[in-house]
Order: sequence, then C-alpha cells, then structure tokens
Amino acid sequence: YASLYFCCAIEDQDNELITLEIIHRYVELLDKYFGSVCELDIIFNFEKAYFILDEFLLGGEVQETSKKNVLKAIEQADLLQEDAKEAETPRSVLEEIGLT
Amino acid sequence: MPGQRVFLHSRTLPVRMVAPSLKLQDLIEEIRGAKTQAQEREVIQKECAHIRASFRDGDPVHRHRQLAKLLYVHMLGYPAHFGQMECLKLIASSRFTDKRVGYLGAMLLLDERHDAHLLITNSIKNDLSQGIQPVQGLALCTLSTMGSAEMCRDLAPEVEKLLLQPSPYVRKKAILTAVHMIRKVPELSSVFLPPCVHLLHERHHGILLGTITLITELCERSPAALKHFRKVVPQLVQILRTLVTTGYSTEHSISGVSDPFLQVQILRLLRILGRNHEESSETMNDLLAQVATNTDTSRNAGNAVLFETVLTIMDIHSAAGLRVLAVNILGRFLLNSDRNIRYVALTSLLRLVQSDHSAVQRHRPTVVDCLQETDASLSRRALELSLALVNSSNVRAMMQELQAFLESCPPDLRADCASGILLAAERFAPTKRWHIDTILHVLTTAGTHVRDDAVANLTQLIGGAQELHAYSVRRLYNALAEDISQQPLVQVAAWCIGEYGDLLLEGNCEEIEPLQVDEEEVLALLEKVLQSHMSLPATRGYALTALMKLSTRLQGDNNRIRQVVSIYRSCLDVELQQRAVEYDTLFRKYDHMRAAILEKMPLVERDGPQADEEAKQSKEAAQLSEAAPAPTESQASQLLDLLDLLDRASGDAQHPPPLDPSPGGALVYLLDLPCAPPPPAPIPDLKVFEREGVQLNLSFIRPPENPALLLITITATNSSEGDVTNFICQAAVPKSLQLQLQAPSGNTVPARGGLPITQLFRILNPNKAPLRLKLRLTYNHFHQSVQEIFEVNNLPVESWQ
Repeated sequence: YASLYFCCAIEDQDNELITLEIIHRYVELLDKYFGSVCELDIIFNFEKAYFILDEFLLGGEVQETSKKNVLKAIEQADLLQEDAKEAETPRSVLEEIGLT
Repeated sequence: MPGQRVFLHSRTLPVRMVAPSLKLQDLIEEIRGAKTQAQEREVIQKECAHIRASFRDGDPVHRHRQLAKLLYVHMLGYPAHFGQMECLKLIASSRFTDKRVGYLGAMLLLDERHDAHLLITNSIKNDLSQGIQPVQGLALCTLSTMGSAEMCRDLAPEVEKLLLQPSPYVRKKAILTAVHMIRKVPELSSVFLPPCVHLLHERHHGILLGTITLITELCERSPAALKHFRKVVPQLVQILRTLVTTGYSTEHSISGVSDPFLQVQILRLLRILGRNHEESSETMNDLLAQVATNTDTSRNAGNAVLFETVLTIMDIHSAAGLRVLAVNILGRFLLNSDRNIRYVALTSLLRLVQSDHSAVQRHRPTVVDCLQETDASLSRRALELSLALVNSSNVRAMMQELQAFLESCPPDLRADCASGILLAAERFAPTKRWHIDTILHVLTTAGTHVRDDAVANLTQLIGGAQELHAYSVRRLYNALAEDISQQPLVQVAAWCIGEYGDLLLEGNCEEIEPLQVDEEEVLALLEKVLQSHMSLPATRGYALTALMKLSTRLQGDNNRIRQVVSIYRSCLDVELQQRAVEYDTLFRKYDHMRAAILEKMPLVERDGPQADEEAKQSKEAAQLSEAAPAPTESQASQLLDLLDLLDRASGDAQHPPPLDPSPGGALVYLLDLPCAPPPPAPIPDLKVFEREGVQLNLSFIRPPENPALLLITITATNSSEGDVTNFICQAAVPKSLQLQLQAPSGNTVPARGGLPITQLFRILNPNKAPLRLKLRLTYNHFHQSVQEIFEVNNLPVESWQ
C-alpha cells in the first residue's frame, strides 16, 4: 500500500488470512472516500479515518461486508454534519472576522 | 524576549489574542512543521493552554474543534485527560457534529478503569432510545468499544430493544454490541440468546454476520448454549451452501468468492458446533467437501475461506478421506508463492503433526524445502515441523537435510536445530556408528550451540560401543587436529584420546582411512588444547586428565607428560592445580599404582556423576573387568497387552532403575557383575522354548554379594536348516520386581547350529517375591514371521528365594 503500513492485533484462534482481507477492505474504503488515499489524507483527516473504521468494524468484529453500505453510511453522516454546519455558518463567519 | 519564543515560520500567523482558535488542519500543519522535538512540544503546549482556556470559558461553538485538536495531540502521546469532561458535554449536545467528535473522544480518552467513564451512561441511554439512526449508531459503537461491565448491565435493556428495530443499520450494530456486553457480563447471555434463532432467518449480510458472531460467543461461553444451538447446524449449512453456489454478487464478493467474511464466520461456528459431536459433524461433511473443492484459490480471499475450512475439518469428527483432503490442501498451501499462506500452512501442520502423522508425512519433502526460506518465522516453523516428522524409517534422509541446514542456518536457529538433531538421533539412530557420526557432525558444525549434556551423552555413547572405540577416537582426533575452538567437541575428543590413546596409535582401523599418528603429535595436540586461550577451564581439565591417562597408554617414556603435569602444579586455576598436584604425586610416590588407577574407565551411568569424579573412583574399580555394554531401554512397553497375568510389570521395566543415586552408585553396579568368587550353588539351566529347531534356554546366576539380584542369560540356538533373523526377545515381570534388558549379542542365529544369540536380563527382587516371567519372541524363520508369547513355567525356586 505505497507508504502505508497497517498493524492488526488478533487472537490466537483468529484466521490470519481473513484478517489480511479486513485490512485490505479498510484500505479500499479509505481509497474510495479520499480518492487515492495517501498518508497525508489520514493524518489531516484522522477523525474521518476513525469514522470510516467505525462503520466497518464494531467492537473488534466486522459489522458490514458490503463496501457500498459502509460508504453510504459515511456519506449520510457527513451530510448530517454539513447540514448542521450550514445552519450555523453566518455566525461563524462573523466570528472569524473578529466581530461578535 | 517574547517575540523570540514564537516559532520561526515563513508565513505570518494570525495574532493569537484576537483571532478565533486554530482550525484542526492548521494545527496539524504547524506541528508537522516543527523541526525538533522541543519545537513540537512548544507548539503543543501553547495550543493546549489555549484549549484549556477555551474549555474553561465554556465556548460551545468551537468545543468540537478544540476537542478534535486535543485528540490529535493525544495520538502523538501528549496528556489530554483534561478533555474528558468536554467529551461528556459534547455527547450531551444536540448537534450531530458535537456528538460525533464527543463519542470519538470518549472512545479515545475515557477509560473504564476510571470512574469518570460512567458519566456518559445516561447520555448513551438517551441517544439509544431517542436518537436518530446515525446517533444510535454512534452510541452503540462507543458502548461496544469502551463499555465497562457496569455500563453494559445498565444499558442491556436498551440494546435488547434495538435488536428488534426494523432498520438493519441499527440492528447489525446492536447485535455486535450484545457480543461485547456478553464478553463483559457473561450473565447477559440469557438476555441475548433468545433472539438469535430468529435473527438467523435474516437476509441482510451484516445482520447475519453479527448474529453468527453472537451465537459463536454464546456457545464458547456456555455448554448449555452450545447444546441449544446445535439444532441450527442444518440451517447454517444451508446458508453457507447458498453462498457458495450462488453466482457472483458485486456487493459482497471479493475475487469471485461470495462474502468471504461471512463464510469464514459460519465455518468457525460450524467448527465449534461440530466438535466432539458425531451427528453435527456428519451434517456438515458434504458441505465442507464442497467448499474445499470449489473455492477459487487464485486470490487471498478464497484461500482464507479454504484455510478456515481446513481448520474446521480437522477439528470435528470428519471422515478420514476428508481429513486427508484437508492436509493435502495445507500441503498445497506450502507451495503457494504467497509467504503468508505458507506461514499459516506451516503453523497448522505443526498443530496436526501429532494427530494425523501419516497424512502430514506425505508432505515431508515440501516441508524440508521450506527450510530454505529466507523469512525467519517461516524457517523456524519449518524446522520445528521437520523435526516432528523424523521417524525411524526416514531418519537417515532427514538427518542429512537437517545437518545441511545446520551448516547454513541463521544463528538464532542453530541451538534449536542442534538439540533437535541430537534428540532425534537419540530416538531413532539406526546404528551406533551412525549415531556417533551424527553427534560428531553436530559438534563440529555447531559446537558452541549444543546443550550441556551433549558431552556426557556422547562420551557415554562411545564408551558403550566397544567395537567403535578405535573408529571414534580416530575421527575425534582428526576433528580436534583441525579445530580446537569448539569446546564440547574438544572435551569429548580429549576424553576419548585419553581413554583410547592406545587404539589411536595402533595403526589400522577398517572403517576409516589409515592414519599414522605419532605419539609426540598426540601429546602436542593435547598440550595445545591445554594452553589455548580458547579452552574453557573444564576443557583444560579434560586435557590434563587425558594427558595423564596417556602415560599408561603410550609406549614412549613419560618425560614430556611429567613435565607438563609438573608445570601445572602452580597453575592459577585451582581445579587444574589440584589435578596437577595429584597426578604429579602419582608419578613421584605412587608410581606402582598408576597403571591400575588409570585403567580404562567403566561405563558411566547416564544420570551418574561427572566423568572426572569417575576417574577418582576408578582407583577402586580398576580391579574389576570392564562393565557390560549400556543397558538398552527395555522394550517391555510393547508388552502392555500381555500383562493380564503380571499386573503392570512393564511400567517398572521401562526405566533402568537407579540402583543407588549416590556417586558410589556406579560401584555397586559394578560389584553386581559375577566376577570374583563363583556363586555357591549353581542353579540349573532351563529350556523354555522350542519350535522347529529353534530353542531358547535360560541360565540363572545369583551373585552372592547382592542377594536381591538375579541375572538371567537367555541363549537362542538354531539347529534347523533355515536361518533365524530379526530375532527380538522381550520380557515382563511382576510389578514388585525390576527388570533390565541389556542389548542382545545380535539378531541372527545362523542355521545348523550357528552362533547363538545371548542376552542378559537383570532382575532386582528385594522383597523375594515369587518370580514370574513372561516372554515374547518375534523372529523370521523359513520365510515366515513368528511370534510367540508365553509364560515361563517351572522357574527354579532358587532363582528368587
């Protein structure tokens, strides 16, 4: 994965080969979301990396095996965030230029 | 000056006091722009101060941004505990952005070891019951990541309700949260068990996956649950079958394999349900065979499923053919170009080598090839597996491979390889000479890595193989002449040269090239060892003693030896000094005893004292003849099936009994041999067996010095026209007696009165219990294999009273 390294801790009886698939799936998700993901994407958007992970794994187990569903869920959450932000934008702009 | 403390940057920064706080991305950029660790710390400390101030002021608008920055800083390893309360506030906020960051903060900063974490329980409860789906998702995610036992108990009812929600998005998360809860609070199993069977009927892959994970967790924790869920085995089989036979589905497939994650999870559950359960195992047999043969193995996804299938097949009660198929799949994995796949194959085969030995044996050549792996974790496992596959039929070939490996293997594997080879050689050596050669080879190749007892083992082995003394001493001499740095080798060589120096100089030995060795050369070599800085103190001790022994073995005068001994009387090493002084005294004052004292040593007991102590005791033992060859391990273990009469006699006969654990033990052992005065009343011989000209006789001796001991010599004769070959005699005695079988004189009795086979049995009978003896003979005669088992009748009463 270019300059990206992933480390996954598993239990004794876990299937190592499927773990490789899990890592690969996660990279694919990141790739789709960021468009050709690279190290900087993950650094500057670390919270998004977590959010994507949280839609793929839950409590250490795979929760969704459809790439499409995971990405859809993230999209919806992002939209929710955007809507909320838009509602407040005027205020923040004023604050940004130093006026209360 | 304050200005100096601002970080030097090419662009101008906004003045802090008036401007709003930095955006997250800007902070990250700043931190990454720092050129030194100290600079980074400065940036972060400054920013944290601002964040803290902002938290104090209670600014709700930017709180999420402040926390996000704090989380980044936390990831770099800086303290962030002051953000914990902010997480709570953010979670309680109604804005989605706040909740998203707040819950993330909770997962990263709140710790179940500190009570503060309990404070979010209420917020989670509210979000679970009233929040919109994404919010419910956040809450469930947080709960399953950091939920403590207390939190789980409190929130179980909420999660249970969500299991029945229509939306699959929330349901799949609720199911996995239940898994976490059961891990934290096993009693909650009773809450989450009932919905499972119903959930299995779902079609949504996420829900199915979660449900199977949940069932797996339940079964692993409770035998009752395990029993309960066995009834869904047919359903699971059906689900998996559908997955495997359905065509390509873009949504869930990876490289032509339908939802490998789900397949693997189902296979794992099937494994748990089928283990130790005949009926369930049978239900899944066909399906497992189908998956094993039909899965596309061109990419990792297929191999992952195949691997899980193999693990399941091996763990349940599967048909023999299926098991062989599974092992063969692993064998194929060994040839795969992907290192990871070779790795899992080696680890799995290692686990199976005991239970399915012959199936794994078939892949021995491939395993041996894996020794050449460059990757350390692979070559290590290949070594372990190779050692486990050594048996008496392949020992020669395997040892060749392993010895070749030993020569080139990485240093951290040397010790394991060396001790593995030595152990295998001990167990399976076809001949003594081969055994000696093997140990010699290991000592020359990897001498510094062998275990401490290798020296003792080799000296005992050589000592016991009288016919190989000349051969051994020559080989060792040659090896020593080439290299005196490998201590174990030097020690054994020195010992041998000391003991058998006369054989070394004799000239011809059949099995090795003729070697002309000069007395002076031998002495020079030992002196070299003695003086070398590479020699350990123990090694030098061996060399000195060897020199001393040679004084009686060599023809020439002993001036040179006397000189050396004399020099070492003032050696700084106390041990050497003592020896030198004693030896010197031997020369000067007790020369008449020297020959007797330095006679060839009797055989050292395997557990016995060090060879050097024996030298001192050999003073007294010198009168007696050389000891009989080493007792072989009794084969009575194979007589277990005969023991109905003799109540577990074999248990005792398995180990040569330590007659006397003290150092004097060896002496008692020697005194047992019938040497000096003949026994008072000879016990008559007894013919115990006759068949087609093959006869077995027993003769009895009870040495007067040891009333508990009985020596039986069996003699096998052959007056027929056909040779007797592969003759083996095994014996068993009652439990209260101890039996030791010594090595027979051979395995063949030639026809028409050829040289008989004799074998000595030593029986200890301290309680004077009535002697009973059961014999088992196996041999080949007239192209037939004969086995006879019988109890000896008419044993003379004098043999045990």
